[in-house]
This record gives sequence, C-alpha cells and structure tokens, in this order.
Amino acid sequence: MKKEIYLDFASTTPVRKESLKEALPYFEEKFGNPSSFHSTGLIAKNAMKNARKTIAKILNCEDSEIIFTGSGTESINLAIKGIALKTMLENKAKGECGASGTFITQKTEHHAVLETMNWLKKFGFEIIELEVNEEGIVDLNELRKILGKQNQEGKKVLLVSIMYANNEIGTIQPITEIAQIVHEHKTLLHTDACQGAEYLSLDTKKLGIDMLTLNGSKVYAFKGSGLLYKKKGVTIEALIHGGGHEGGLRAGTENIPAIVALAKSLQLAEKEKVKESARLTKLRNYFISKVQKEIPRTVLNGSLKQRLPNNVNISFEGVEGESILLRLNENGIRVSTGSACTSQSLEPSHVILALGRPHELAHASIRFTLGKSTTKQQLDYTIKELKETIKFLRMISSAWNEKKYTLNHKDVKK
Amino acid sequence: MKVEGQDWFYTPEVKKHFMTPIKFLKDEKEIKNFNGHGKVGNMKCGDMMEMWIKVDKDKIKDVRWRTFGCASAIASTSMLAEMLIEKGGMTLDKAKKLSGKDIMDRLGGLPAIKIHCSVLGDQALREAIKDYEAKL
Repeated sequence: MKKEIYLDFASTTPVRKESLKEALPYFEEKFGNPSSFHSTGLIAKNAMKNARKTIAKILNCEDSEIIFTGSGTESINLAIKGIALKTMLENKAKGECGASGTFITQKTEHHAVLETMNWLKKFGFEIIELEVNEEGIVDLNELRKILGKQNQEGKKVLLVSIMYANNEIGTIQPITEIAQIVHEHKTLLHTDACQGAEYLSLDTKKLGIDMLTLNGSKVYAFKGSGLLYKKKGVTIEALIHGGGHEGGLRAGTENIPAIVALAKSLQLAEKEKVKESARLTKLRNYFISKVQKEIPRTVLNGSLKQRLPNNVNISFEGVEGESILLRLNENGIRVSTGSACTSQSLEPSHVILALGRPHELAHASIRFTLGKSTTKQQLDYTIKELKETIKFLRMISSAWNEKKYTLNHKDVKK
Repeated sequence: MKVEGQDWFYTPEVKKHFMTPIKFLKDEKEIKNFNGHGKVGNMKCGDMMEMWIKVDKDKIKDVRWRTFGCASAIASTSMLAEMLIEKGGMTLDKAKKLSGKDIMDRLGGLPAIKIHCSVLGDQALREAIKDYEAKL
C-alpha cells in the first residue's frame, strides 16, 4: 500500500481523537435538543453551555459573546451582512436610503469575505480593498489614510475586515495595530482567524477586535462547524431566522456534537500551541531551505518572519501547479496549488497576484501545509519526490530553459 | 489509502499520457531532424505548447513537443503525438483537419473547463504545418 503524506492541513484537518470521543455520545444516547424543556434536552443544553464556557475562556470573553455557526464562511457572512442589514434598518428608520457606508477589507482575504463584500456593492455599499506589500502584509499607513479620508468626507466606515493569517501564504497580519487604528477612527474590526486559531493567540481583549471568526474544520474539529465572536455592544442583524437560537442571531437546532468537538479541539490547541508552533516552525524552515537548496529557481511566496508555523508556499519556475500537484498525488503526497487549472475560473490565485507576482508564478505555486502528523521523514520523502517531479516537468516544459531565465523576477532564487 | 469510487480526476487515458507522456523533446539537439515548428499559448494563461514535426512525402513521420501546462494540456499534446505518428504517419491533409475534439475524444473526454487545453494542441500542430509549408 502506498503511504499517504497529507500536506494540506490548511484545506482541512482530520478530527482529533479526543474531540471525536467527546462528541460521540451526543449522536446517540445524549441526542437531545437543547431547547427541549425536559431532562434529555437539559443534558444537551449543559453540554453546549460547557462548550461555550470553555471557548469563552480561550477567547477571553463572555459566554454570550459566542455565536455558533455552521462554518467559518457562515460566520464571516453573519459578521459582514449582519452589519450591512443593521445599517439598512437604521437608515430606514431615519427615513434615509437603505444602503450607505463603507466596508474596508484587503486583497488577500478569503473569498468568503471578498465575495460577500462584492455582493453588498450591489446594494449601494462602498467597498475598499487595501493593497498588501510583497509579503502580503497590509500597509498600516494606507489603512490610516483611507480611514481618515472617509472621516473627512463624512462617510461612515461600517466595518473593517482583515484576516488574522492568510490561508494560502500564511502571512500573519498585525491585528493588534490594525485594531488600534480602526478604533481610533471609531469603527469596528472583524477578523477571519480560521487559519491562525491553531497557532496564534485568540485572546480577543489583547487583540482588541470586535468580531472574530473560527472554523472547526481547520482546528481538528468537525466540518460544518464554526463560530462568530461578537463583542457585547456590537449590534448585527441575523441572517437565519426561526426559533431564536444563539441570542436570536442564528436560528436552527444547535449541532451539539460539533460544538462539543470544537470546544475540545480549541482547548487542546490552546494547551499545545507553544510547543506545536515551535515544532512546526522548525520543520517548516527546514523544508523551505532544503527545497531552495535542492531545486533551482524557486520563489517563496509570503513572509518568512510573519508566517504561520505550518505554511509553505513556493512557485517553481517553468512548471504549472496542477501538474506538480497530480504527479505528487500519484506518489501519495497531497498538496494544493494557486494555479488557475484547479479553480473554476481561469484566473490563478488572487493572493499570489496581490503580492505583485506575475501570472506565471501564480500558476506555478504549490502550497504545503503541515500539521500534527507531519514528520521530518515525510518532508524528506516529499522533497525527494518533488525534486524528481520538477525535473521531469521542466524537461517537457516549453516555458523552461536551463540556460536562460524565462522570468526576470527579482525573487527567483538561483 | 484506497480511493472509493472514481480513482482519478481525469480518464485513464489522460492519466496514462500525463504520467508517461511520449514523444516529448528530450534534447534540443534533436530539433535539427525536424522541418516544421509551431508554438502557441502563453505563460500568462498557464498553457504554452511547442511542436516540431518531420514531414516526408506529405506525411508526418515523426513529432516532438514541449508543453507548459496542466495535466490535460500535457496529456493532450502527448495523445496528439500518438495520433500523428501511428499507422505510418498522418497525411498533412488529414492533420490540417484534426480538431481539438478529435484529441479530446481519444482521451475519453475532458472536464468542460479543460477543453481549451486540447484545443491548443491542434493549434500548435497547424502552426508547425504552416511553418513547414512556408519553407517549401
């Protein structure tokens, strides 16, 4: 049997055994509906209460500030559309036109943020996407400038949404500083913390954020689970109406097993954070430097310093990402690519393009994301196979010339 | 790990030609043996194909190629090479009429979004034939 080396943990994680074990009883013997007014329901209600308490402790917030959702994407939609709908209602009450005001985000956000905001444009909201530098970091001065200009022009900035860490290139944004700037300008900050949750601090007080999104399927809990932290005093409208669950902000019978698993996974992650981050950072740096040593003409996408411990994203000059992905897959290695060929559009990764890289390098990018089960042996095997794969694909490539650089890019490592 | 259901993203024929492609240009010294050359696509779009043909008595006797692109782009160029040289070589008349769909059919089909990859193959071939005829 061919061994499987899974290096796509940013895509999704397996459910960790401890969390699965905690969740299993809530499928069968403790199957109750927390809204029921009897003992069976009470058991489920208590489980949810305890899970909320556990998570609140990690987020350094109150239990009531956590809204469980069906995914990270739903959480993001709730934060952004929730603010938009609230604004429309307030404006209507004042007898004004419904949609007015500005949302600010940045170019490398997940589609959940970008597409949601794009949709809000149709209603008349203004959307501003901040540029990032070549490492993928938001320019704080630009943020300050834009917020100042909006104030000057008498426009109301409704929400700033900037991710904690990027899913493709692992770039960590200076969220604390961003929060300060946002608050100086009297507006709110939402952050998509799905990718950072396993490795970075989730202390909402220290970070100074108003809303934060987490996703179960990235932290060794269930797919189809997530949450929105919403600071007390921040008001939003619900997207899903019904029985008034989750403080009236997300109707529908709560997914108790998923909530229990999410709490357990986050609790364990918090405990293991420092040690696991150090272990993965070491492995990540080893992998990056070895790839750069063994394979000529590669480009590291993202930042070396402000980078998630588990993320590696490299472009290989002269070869296309899907081809690399599928050949590695044949050897049991699972990765992902920013090439257009695996997307439903014909455009390559918007994240790599936002760094100022040419299309060629976006097509040629491969993301390796490490996780709990990743070992040095696995990485050594991956490098060996990767080296063969790149060598072969370059040999048959019409965009590769050993003697001549097909790309005149300063970041191409010789 | 055993994959349940469909085992690959493409047809077995695509997989075969992608994993073990035939008639690609190994050594640039070989180029001198060919009398027609075509190149289409660009790296910005993520697909670029180059083809060399050897025409003898109005038949394509041999072919070499190089492709930058995804699995279906590589497989369709390799498949095109097989179609051109099988049965003693394809006549120029027939080769000129070859369409992207012909290549795709031989590959057992491609996902809709990938169809342009095989279309590039017949374009590269036509460029190579044009180049050969211009030199006559």
